[in-house]
Amino acid sequence: MIEMIKVSKWFGLFQVLKDIDLAVARGQKVVVCGPSGSGKSTLIRLVNRLEVHQAGRVIVDGVELDDDPKKTDLVRREVGMVFQSFNLFPHLTVLENLTLAPVWVKHVPRKEAEGTAMHFLERVRIPEQAGKYPSQLSGGQQQRVAIARALCMRPKLMLFDEPTSALDPEMIKEVLDVMVELAREGMTMMVVTHEMGFARTVADRVVFMDGGRIVEAAPPADFFSAPKTDRAKLFLSQVLGH
Amino acid sequence: MKWLRDNLFAGGVSTLFTVLVLVLFFKLVPPFIDWAFLDAVWKPDSKACRASEGACWGFIAEKHRFILFGTYPYDLHWRPAIATVLLIGLWIFSAIRRFWKSWLTLVWLAGLTVIGILMWGGILGIPYVENERWGGLILTLLLTTFGVAFAFPLSILLALGRRSDMPVIRGLCVGYIELIRGVPLISLLFMASVMLPLFLPHGVTIDKLLRAQIAMIMFAAAYLAEVVRGGLQAIPKGQYDAAHALALPYWRRTYLIILPQALRISVPPLMNTFIAFFKDTSLVLIIGLFDLLSTVKISLNEPAWAGFGVEAYLFASIVYFVFCYSMSRYSRRLEQQR
Repeated sequence: MIEMIKVSKWFGLFQVLKDIDLAVARGQKVVVCGPSGSGKSTLIRLVNRLEVHQAGRVIVDGVELDDDPKKTDLVRREVGMVFQSFNLFPHLTVLENLTLAPVWVKHVPRKEAEGTAMHFLERVRIPEQAGKYPSQLSGGQQQRVAIARALCMRPKLMLFDEPTSALDPEMIKEVLDVMVELAREGMTMMVVTHEMGFARTVADRVVFMDGGRIVEAAPPADFFSAPKTDRAKLFLSQVLGH
Repeated sequence: MKWLRDNLFAGGVSTLFTVLVLVLFFKLVPPFIDWAFLDAVWKPDSKACRASEGACWGFIAEKHRFILFGTYPYDLHWRPAIATVLLIGLWIFSAIRRFWKSWLTLVWLAGLTVIGILMWGGILGIPYVENERWGGLILTLLLTTFGVAFAFPLSILLALGRRSDMPVIRGLCVGYIELIRGVPLISLLFMASVMLPLFLPHGVTIDKLLRAQIAMIMFAAAYLAEVVRGGLQAIPKGQYDAAHALALPYWRRTYLIILPQALRISVPPLMNTFIAFFKDTSLVLIIGLFDLLSTVKISLNEPAWAGFGVEAYLFASIVYFVFCYSMSRYSRRLEQQR
């Protein structure tokens, strides 16, 4: 589903990603973790080309991403993304947020798009908020709307970029519950997060990054019980230590 | 008493200012009332005016039709009068958000057609009046209406172009904005009225009014573009990320996500520019068009009425103020709405 071969990226002179090799098969769930500045967000943003790689190859669902905007468009239609800061459209209601892309990108009839939207709002357990504006919702509700918005495009792959980092502790669970449910249904997922409990429950593989490299990649059981590198040990002690 | 002490006499500086303001008030206001009302002459009689100490409102009574309608044929003044009311009505109608639907464009097209027929005539049995003779308030309003109607969309394109990834488009937009902003409006109007005809092939003429209108549109667009750009820059990067991630193409993204938010943020500075533009239309007097301010100036040329400039300009100022203040109030209301 995702294949990265020797991918590198620079911001100016600073190299954020160094020779990344990563493959995610259909149905797999991969959790990416690592200290801040390690390049995790940049890595996940390469997948739908919100960031552009400068060396190596990125292939998503059989389409190799390059300067051709048509290919980028093709990939983005199949890939849903959820952001740390929700990024809902503040001038539109929840329902309008959900129907916008299906109607204007996939040309789904409005009635049908609204039906799909209500279906996913029920899935994330907030159908009663459909007529409200994002600013009227709590952070946890907003993030669940953002997940529903991505799902309305019927993606084959979901990207999560630190989906719970901006949330109050009591709201983290309601978002994680939705994500666990999604994982159980077989969605292919790539998740940048520090929620190690989530990683342990759903991940097929944990990818640990540091300094723009993938330092370790292993099933969660192995990664948490027997990290191979000192860097990963230190990181785990810091994340799990409190 | 407590309110007085807290708000007007709290401490030395506050007391000093309160006393100062009161003294100024009693020194200035009674003489003004004497001048404007008690000693004023209301009859259109210039001899009586000269004999009196007060304001000469008779001048306005005598000249108001020329000030409002310019050199438009005197017996046909009902035509610009109806056109003026119609145009103001269209603006008020469009200010109501409930009517912000696509049919509003048709209402405007119909309204402007009627105004065009009224002003030009030549059909339906009403005599033709060439637009050299248009003047006064309707000219000011028409210059503003068409100025905003063309400059605003143009400014949005310029602002978007200035933020474009394509270097040629960006360069052209930056060049246009900087060039126009670096030149006074008066010089643009001069260029449009004097220089442009020199470059046109022999026999081709563009109407003076149209040339002035084009110059004003070009000028307003450059200023508005920078206001719109300010709004565009205030949109968080996350909004673009989300729109990209949903595969929304450029124009959809711009129209559905970015512009609605950017223009809302820009309402106060936009209205500021619109108000400035409304008043800037008075600069057309420099190339011999008779807008509201020009007609005031010309009506003072008549020897019998020379010297009553204060009354005349006060009258024009009141008219301008009514329009500008209405725009300002409306913008405040728009900001408060969701």
